[in-house]
Amino acid sequence: MLTAFAIFADGLVYAAYLFIVAIGLTLIFGVMKILNVTHGSFYAFGAYGAATAVGIYANAGWPAALGFLFMLAFGMAIGLVMGVILERGLLRLVYGRDEVIVVLVTYATFLILEDVIVLIWGAQSYAAYQPMVAAGNIEIGDLILSNYDLVLVALAAGLAALAYWALKYTRYGRLLTTVIFDRETAAAFGINVTVVYTATFILGAMLGALGGAVMAPKISVTLGIGVEVIVLAFAVVAIGGMGSIEGALVGALIVGICRAAAVHLVPQIELFVIYGVMALVLVVRPYGLFVRARPRKI
Amino acid sequence: MAARGHLVGALMFLIAAAVGPALPDWAVSLAAIAFANALVVLGLVVMWRAGLVSFGQALYYCIGAYAVALIARWTGFTDAVALVAIGGVGAGIVAALVGFLLARYREIFFAMLSLALSMILYGVLVKTESLGSTDGFSVATPTFFGLSLHGDKLILALYWLTLGIDAIAAAAVGYYFRSIAGALAAPIRDNEIRVEFLGVSVTGIVHGKVVIAGTLGGLGGALAALTIGHVDPAMAYWTTSGGFVFVTILAGAGSVAAAFVGSLLFEAARSIAVDVMPGLWQMLLGAVLLLTILFLPEGLGSLAARVGKRGEVKR
Repeated sequence: MLTAFAIFADGLVYAAYLFIVAIGLTLIFGVMKILNVTHGSFYAFGAYGAATAVGIYANAGWPAALGFLFMLAFGMAIGLVMGVILERGLLRLVYGRDEVIVVLVTYATFLILEDVIVLIWGAQSYAAYQPMVAAGNIEIGDLILSNYDLVLVALAAGLAALAYWALKYTRYGRLLTTVIFDRETAAAFGINVTVVYTATFILGAMLGALGGAVMAPKISVTLGIGVEVIVLAFAVVAIGGMGSIEGALVGALIVGICRAAAVHLVPQIELFVIYGVMALVLVVRPYGLFVRARPRKI
Repeated sequence: MAARGHLVGALMFLIAAAVGPALPDWAVSLAAIAFANALVVLGLVVMWRAGLVSFGQALYYCIGAYAVALIARWTGFTDAVALVAIGGVGAGIVAALVGFLLARYREIFFAMLSLALSMILYGVLVKTESLGSTDGFSVATPTFFGLSLHGDKLILALYWLTLGIDAIAAAAVGYYFRSIAGALAAPIRDNEIRVEFLGVSVTGIVHGKVVIAGTLGGLGGALAALTIGHVDPAMAYWTTSGGFVFVTILAGAGSVAAAFVGSLLFEAARSIAVDVMPGLWQMLLGAVLLLTILFLPEGLGSLAARVGKRGEVKR
């Protein structure tokens, strides 16, 4: 029983992390039809930025809660800057090219940014554990959970609710939905698709960086963290259906629980299980769980 | 035209083989690895012509490499030619099975699913302690029809073996491009549904391409494993696939020869760059890829073609 609860708790925490990372990716794909490999760089820059921010506030001796918010804000600010530069400076030039070509453009950008990280932060790893320690632990039954993990779950749930509300009940969200359904028709009805693209990409970049920022205290911020995240987020998004927010949520939960179960029951298959689940889902639902049927265009 | 192409191609391979003994060891083994990887690139070119990009070609590369290494380790069988053949066939069989799933997908989804499949293999290998986990293990020294060679002779023999297999593969792929299935690649890329209306099974053709590319990937992996003398799970990691895709885009899908030239240039550039500016290799890679996509959409191969066509009347 304890194992079952531990699997559930770990799975939920992991799912929260996956969802925060995947939501930006799926948003960008849904609106722009771009599979954004650079998302891994946003994550890495967010994490490095958060580590720097933690260093700043730990030295200044600010209270922990303020430090946590400062960390998130710092990470997201980096995402904002990167998003603007990339979308306006580069992606704008390749709109309308083959989807696969655009993937390669983001892949090239990712490669460049990997070395930019070394140039800015050097090759050493950073620890940013202070917020995690400051949050303390909580005992539920026999299980000790970190409060920080609970904050993570709350944050993911908040993001999901916010995304749902924004898409359904705000003006910008309605416009976005229109663009997701059909870009050309939306443009014909007078929606400024260029602005929507730019805004979406910046938002996605900020979400990616946010993912890195909240994870920084839990991991060792080191070279190569972006690489792992990309494939993980891809798997989550592919399971849920590319471009679907609720899909990303369900995908994150499925992958999170499955991985936690594997870690507790058969640790050998931990890595395998994620992609195994993905392949299995895709065999049954070739384009993911939450994807609308599309008409064939001749 | 085709006959002339064959002649030029054969001549190129003969020249490459002939200069082998004159080159230093490091250059020969570099060229051997480059030409082994060129097979994987050739496979990607076959798919790229139909607009398909696989971000998981490392799956077959790794299967070929591990097949060679494991057979040599478990049975003590070390004949290079047979091992490479087994590596290719093994990867081809896996590709044929995987193809039933993959051939249903296009574009991003094709790329993603192949990526996931290669990551499954990576995950399994990393967790298999008996195969050295992330460290991998060494490959036994190969023999050639009972002859055991050492040092520079071994490297040279592997180089020639690689060139021989490359020549066969190049001729076979050239033949495939001129066949009906090969010629339908561009129409599939442009408008798949219309090809279906012609009464052709696009899924079948894509499946065929997956098998061809998989077999080539396996051959390349097998040769690379013998030349490097070591296999590890990183061979299945998605960044390995990314490297192959990189060379494919750089070389362009215009011709068979581009795969070989591109791969050689890539390996040479990598060894120079790692030497001269170790920290900036990935940045250089990314910048070159970006510039290629932005300014040379058909790849470096089109540059040669453009220069050659300058005298002719424009269409």
